[in-house]
Amino acid sequence: MIYDVVILGGGPAGLAAAAEAKKQGAENVLILERDRELGGILNQCIHNGFGLHTFNEELTGPEYAERHINEIVELGIPYLLNTMVLDMVEHGDLKVIHVINENDGYMAIESKAVILTMGCRERTSGAIGIPGYRPSGVFTAGTAQRFINMEGYMCGKEVVILGSGDIGLIMARRMTLEGAHVQAVCELMPYSNGLVRNIVQCLDDYDIPLKLSQTITFIHGKDRVEGVTIAKVDERLKAIPGTEEFIPCDTLLLSVGLIPENEITRHAGVEMDPRTSGSVVGELRQTSMPGVFACGNVVHVHDLVDFVSQEAVLAGKGAAKYLKGQLNADVDFTTVNGDGIGYVVPQKVAIKNVDDSVTFYMRVRQVFKDKVVNAYIGDTIIATKKEKKFLPAEMVNFKITKDILAEYPSGEIRFVVEEAKK
Amino acid sequence: MYDIAIIGAGVAGSHIARELSRYLLDVVLLDGENDVGNQISMANSAIVHAGFDAPSYKLKGKFNAAGNIMYEKICEDLDVPFKRCGSLVVAHDEYEMATIHELYKNGLINGVPGMKILFKEEVHAMEPNLNEDICGALYAPSAGVVSPFELCTNAVENAVDNGVTLKLNHMVSDIEKVGNHFKITTQKGIIEAKFVINAAGVYADDIYEMVGEPYFQLLARKGNYFIFDKEAGNLVNSVIFPCPSKKGKGILVAPTVHGNLLIGPDAEPTEKGDISTTADRLDYVKQNALKNCPSLPFNKIIRSYAGLRNTPVKDTFTTTDGDFIIEESPVKGFINVAGYESPGLTSIPAVAHYVVEQLIKPMIPDIKENHDFNPKVRPHIRFDELSEEEKIAIIKKNPKHGKVICRCETITEGEILDVIHRSVGARTVKAVKKRCRAGTGRCQGGFCGPRVVEILARELNCSLDEIMYDQQDSGYILSGKTKSAKEEV
Amino acid sequence: MKKNMTCIVCPVGCQMTVEEKNDGTYDVTGNTCKRGPKYAVAEMTNPTRVVPTTVVIKNAMLPRLPVKTAQPIPKGQIFDAMAVINQVVVQAPVKTGDVVLKNLLGLGIDVVATRTMNKF
Repeated sequence: MIYDVVILGGGPAGLAAAAEAKKQGAENVLILERDRELGGILNQCIHNGFGLHTFNEELTGPEYAERHINEIVELGIPYLLNTMVLDMVEHGDLKVIHVINENDGYMAIESKAVILTMGCRERTSGAIGIPGYRPSGVFTAGTAQRFINMEGYMCGKEVVILGSGDIGLIMARRMTLEGAHVQAVCELMPYSNGLVRNIVQCLDDYDIPLKLSQTITFIHGKDRVEGVTIAKVDERLKAIPGTEEFIPCDTLLLSVGLIPENEITRHAGVEMDPRTSGSVVGELRQTSMPGVFACGNVVHVHDLVDFVSQEAVLAGKGAAKYLKGQLNADVDFTTVNGDGIGYVVPQKVAIKNVDDSVTFYMRVRQVFKDKVVNAYIGDTIIATKKEKKFLPAEMVNFKITKDILAEYPSGEIRFVVEEAKK
Repeated sequence: MYDIAIIGAGVAGSHIARELSRYLLDVVLLDGENDVGNQISMANSAIVHAGFDAPSYKLKGKFNAAGNIMYEKICEDLDVPFKRCGSLVVAHDEYEMATIHELYKNGLINGVPGMKILFKEEVHAMEPNLNEDICGALYAPSAGVVSPFELCTNAVENAVDNGVTLKLNHMVSDIEKVGNHFKITTQKGIIEAKFVINAAGVYADDIYEMVGEPYFQLLARKGNYFIFDKEAGNLVNSVIFPCPSKKGKGILVAPTVHGNLLIGPDAEPTEKGDISTTADRLDYVKQNALKNCPSLPFNKIIRSYAGLRNTPVKDTFTTTDGDFIIEESPVKGFINVAGYESPGLTSIPAVAHYVVEQLIKPMIPDIKENHDFNPKVRPHIRFDELSEEEKIAIIKKNPKHGKVICRCETITEGEILDVIHRSVGARTVKAVKKRCRAGTGRCQGGFCGPRVVEILARELNCSLDEIMYDQQDSGYILSGKTKSAKEEV
Repeated sequence: MKKNMTCIVCPVGCQMTVEEKNDGTYDVTGNTCKRGPKYAVAEMTNPTRVVPTTVVIKNAMLPRLPVKTAQPIPKGQIFDAMAVINQVVVQAPVKTGDVVLKNLLGLGIDVVATRTMNKF
């Protein structure tokens, strides 16, 4: 059997993309999930704060996941659990996905379209190379979250957290509620990488200090963590000698960034964007490989799951259009990150595939106050996004209407942080 | 009463134990750690050296090339990943070229096969990612890379399968010679043996001092390393050494046998047991590796670590000149295999053979061969390396191979179950990692760590918080259950 | 009494100062929209939070069931609430929204399941 769309990953992106593809007319849709259930990382994110944009109410992660899983069941979309994708290769117009699981063994699944929704993984202590010993008791925040929330085990009593990403902040509160003592959250940058709401509700509420411009310079303890040395850092983010402070603890949690998981994507030969570590995508999240789409954290790391779901709807639509032969393959516009902007998604736009507008997702490189983001084509500002404050932690959503874009035959759209014109 | 007690289940002790199991002897292998091969043997460069470095009059020169040629056989018997990828010692100027000619000459004396001195163009054709100012190199095709973890664990397994007794967590605190035998006091009681082989790595001098007058002293020297993601694994094809200096072999850049890239080590004196990395030394390693390989992608680092060497040092009572100490000590029946640093890993097949045939055999005149000796371990399944047809077949045979636990390295539950249930089975998360690589990939166990803990707990019939990362008790991962509610149904 | 706080109503995160006046009303400064003072006064008079956590579940795929307080509870009672919630044991199957603990601490607020867990 040849599937219409196979979705690699049953997390929030995969669920929403599958549902949309089906609703738009794709008949044979299949979701492949490597874990024991659908829902992805949401199942261990038991805190609230999900769904304000999508459902207009504040849900926990499992509740948000369940709504999407229920939709998959109602739409009758089949899925395979505990199923690992080994690779994906192009075979004529088809994509062949090699997968294994315990029940079906080794399978080569053929599909006309594929949506990549593998999500992301956490940066590790190995990747950031913290000097010192390599004892037990160093966890990424997500690993600790799984142990505590799903398996019901604590991973320590006296805790220091490095990195103020949202998972780190959430885990500071979570471990406190379960009886641990969180001594501090250290953040290398002079600003937090987490949402303001999480700093207030997860740290301030529990008097957990957030130590900005500080990092861990040594992990103590041969067998189990016995403490960490922290130090202030200078403007070049190097530890300042003489500012070291020893904090005794038995556990170090890391929340130092997320990396899109694109091993399958790279091996398949899909064009990548080094700025996002995700694939280069178009307005409907089409990649450089015809019939292959990507959405969610595998494309770029989102801050809110609601935006993942929105992006997944685009990919689902795109896959359905591709199946009907209606997906325009032009590249009318390309996007570029100018001063102050780290990346822009999508990187390409085909205007014929756009209904009313294109929302460009981007991140600023540092905290900006009283500035604007301008979108240029050539020397002309075609649109402006105003916020009181732009934070690296909060993705900028910059909507530009089709009418504005239609005024230009093609070109490069450059996004720049600039002074607001008085 | 054992015939022979070996102290230290590192690469030396494990291979000597295996060689001894060719004979009908009661051998006990003691180690203070919670797993075999858990110190120097675990954190080194994993290089099988060609053997042109050490002069032929030293044991290092004598055993290196001799051990090297035995690697195909030993790795086939013990099912250890090994690649003869060759090595280059690169020169940046005429002065270094002169050293390279010296190494070449010495290599000929030591019997190193196939060496060639390469011109600039040949070097860069062979290794396009090296620094352009490299003007020549010594090529030694017999150098290789090996999995040091499996070289050790599989040797112990084979020794145990052939009758050796392994005792972990038996830290030796005292040794006494009583009449014609030895009383070895460990943290778990007294072990008696007629002969002792001291293969205690960096602690071999301390062990010897328990029974004899010190005549050698070991200096711990620490080396810092980085491991890169497999995406960077093809940056070099062979082991790239800088031109050696008085300080040692220098910072090498090498592929690992599993497809990653490794750089290191520096060499700084330190205390025994200090395997902490330090920021300045890690930076030193980076800067020196860049001299030969300027495009090293430091954003692809997945792990840094430090390991120790045990260098014999001269002082008032020391007779060594930095060579291996492999001999019967002044205490009769007590054999030292000490100062066993690089090229110890490479030399071990030859050294183990030498220790048993030349040192042990003359001491035991009525020694009998073990006719049941089986040189091979039961082959390991390495799912990721199988062909499509083999994958189909293996999952049919054992569906547990259809469940991938370590996503980065594609290690299946079947592989993890196998290393838990082998005769020197994994009992800790790190032991699983050393035996089948679960957790060695780019996510460093972030995903598979909790699953490995669950599998170990299930297979060993205990609760999750009883599973250790490495050391007993002090290496705990989980500190107890959440919730105070009584969980009984 | 003066208090500094960060507004969390929207991502701007205004740094506000709240001061209680003699007549019991509050003066809020530093806000940039009118939602700020409302949040600030609530934080001063009766700050509340939804508490998401887990309870022990038996005969399910997992040993823990995620739950939350159905409404926000007073911030000062979070640890008292945890002590009670930690004693709860439920049996699978459970459906999202099922009450696992009624009338938490006499607040008239229930603790509810936040996912469905079938019998395993």
